[in-house]
Amino acid sequence: MRFRPHILVFLAPAVLVYSALMVVPLFATLGLSLEDRTGGFAGLANFRTLFGDPRWAASFWNALGNNLWFFVVHMLVQNPIGIALAALLSQPGLRGAAVYRTAIFIPTILSFVIVGFVWKLILSPIWGVAPSMLDAIGLKSLFQPWLGREGTALTTLALVSVWQFVGIPMMLIYAALLSIPDEVLEAAEVDGLTPWAMFWKIRLPLIWPAIGIISVLTFVGNFNAFDLIYVSQGALAGPNFATDILGTFLFRTFFGFQLQQGDPTMGATIAAVMFGIILAGVCVYLFAIQTRLRRYQF
Amino acid sequence: MSRRPRLLTHLALILWTLIALFPVWLVIINSMKSRRAIFAEPLALPGPKSFDLVGYQTVLKQGDFLLYVQNSLIVTVVSLALVLLFGAMAAFALAEYRFRGNRLMGLYLALGIMIPIRLGTVAILQGMVATGLVNTRIALILVYTAQGIPLCVFILSEFMRGLSDDLKNAARIDGLSEYAIFFRIILPLVRPAMATVAVFTMIPIWNDLWFPLILAPAEAVKTITLGTQVFLGQFVTNWNAVLAALTLAIGPVLVLYLIFSRQLIRGITAGAVK
Repeated sequence: MRFRPHILVFLAPAVLVYSALMVVPLFATLGLSLEDRTGGFAGLANFRTLFGDPRWAASFWNALGNNLWFFVVHMLVQNPIGIALAALLSQPGLRGAAVYRTAIFIPTILSFVIVGFVWKLILSPIWGVAPSMLDAIGLKSLFQPWLGREGTALTTLALVSVWQFVGIPMMLIYAALLSIPDEVLEAAEVDGLTPWAMFWKIRLPLIWPAIGIISVLTFVGNFNAFDLIYVSQGALAGPNFATDILGTFLFRTFFGFQLQQGDPTMGATIAAVMFGIILAGVCVYLFAIQTRLRRYQF
Repeated sequence: MSRRPRLLTHLALILWTLIALFPVWLVIINSMKSRRAIFAEPLALPGPKSFDLVGYQTVLKQGDFLLYVQNSLIVTVVSLALVLLFGAMAAFALAEYRFRGNRLMGLYLALGIMIPIRLGTVAILQGMVATGLVNTRIALILVYTAQGIPLCVFILSEFMRGLSDDLKNAARIDGLSEYAIFFRIILPLVRPAMATVAVFTMIPIWNDLWFPLILAPAEAVKTITLGTQVFLGQFVTNWNAVLAALTLAIGPVLVLYLIFSRQLIRGITAGAVK
């Protein structure tokens, strides 16, 4: 085959920018995690410090545990609500479906700065919107400064994030539900399945691939999260690091804060660990879930 | 379908719509009230007595909101244009020509869809410092272009594979160069897919806080997201100003979204059907 220069011209800009700004820095960051502060090769010493040195390890495991909980809340709350909304929206001939869809997706397009601050205001005891609304339904005694308590702050923020992003699973599953061929549903109806049974036995199995994609997107998004915690609780992820996740931990370590100086090598080490976690999640999805789902597709 | 389940469906959807919109609504109505009314009756609409635009006056006087909006616009529009141009070119090469390493190149570019560019921040900052690009809009544009390319190439190459060969072959017989085919025939044909990619690429760029915070925190190049964040931090106690700033920050995205919402929904639907 002769050399065709136009292929190179078409590919070059995208490949160059992507490689120079994304792939090379990613590997450079991984490389930096193997160096010591002076630039010499340190092997896995930084990782030993991160996992083993009491000053680092406590923060790291705390952030990792919080991040896991953050993810679990999303999987348990965001995805079921998203599926339910999509199932309701996809009923044939539903009036106003486009309006609901548009409205429910609005929080997703807002920046974390807006979302974090708005919820901070609403939940703040000073403004009193949350307590007075609870009072209206006779539940005022339940009110607490949720964002200010160590026990509840992380879960509250995870739920705020769920509120913001529930539109994404809703849309993807809605699209998957619409793509189910009508014949399949009609056949089930002829067989006398109730709408409830139809959902569990026909629709749900057919949307498993979409749920798989959503789960891995949620995983990547959650283990890369930073903004919401940063804007609502600051770089110190208060109260007392109760909302610290890997993203805020990375930011603090790399950038420094208050009395602590920024530390690029340890920052790179944390980024390398995050890379490992995200890569592992993506691989589990690709090899375990997607290949198995493919087998059952028709 | 019988009537009762229909009614319940609407009730459930209305309930979640209210939950989704309530915070936005609350901020907007309170941004136009006097300080006393904000605290005394947070849920009420602004009336003749409580109407007050003092918050907006404070914001427009103190913050450089217009400068921030301008920075955000420049960064978002230029990045978006580069993502679409470079992405479409690469997608065309991958979809149209058979050459050695085609699949491998596709896989290489697709990896970036799943791996967040943020993880390379340490080295990106070092590179920007070395090239003197820190605190310039170019730094942000480069990063966002790299970030947007993988998804753009992926979606557009899928779309381009679905185009018929007849037009292209006819053009080749007429003697058009490959570049002319790309710019004059392919680009107009993939416009709908490009609009979808544009919406998906634009929202994260406009809303990003991480890279402006790290690569371009200087006053002259601050984006609206970072500007709002800093402003909210400074004016925590001035509720009028805070609510007005929030409303101003919500405005542009909301307008953009309402314009593009049909395209966005169609894009997701079409993408997921595949």
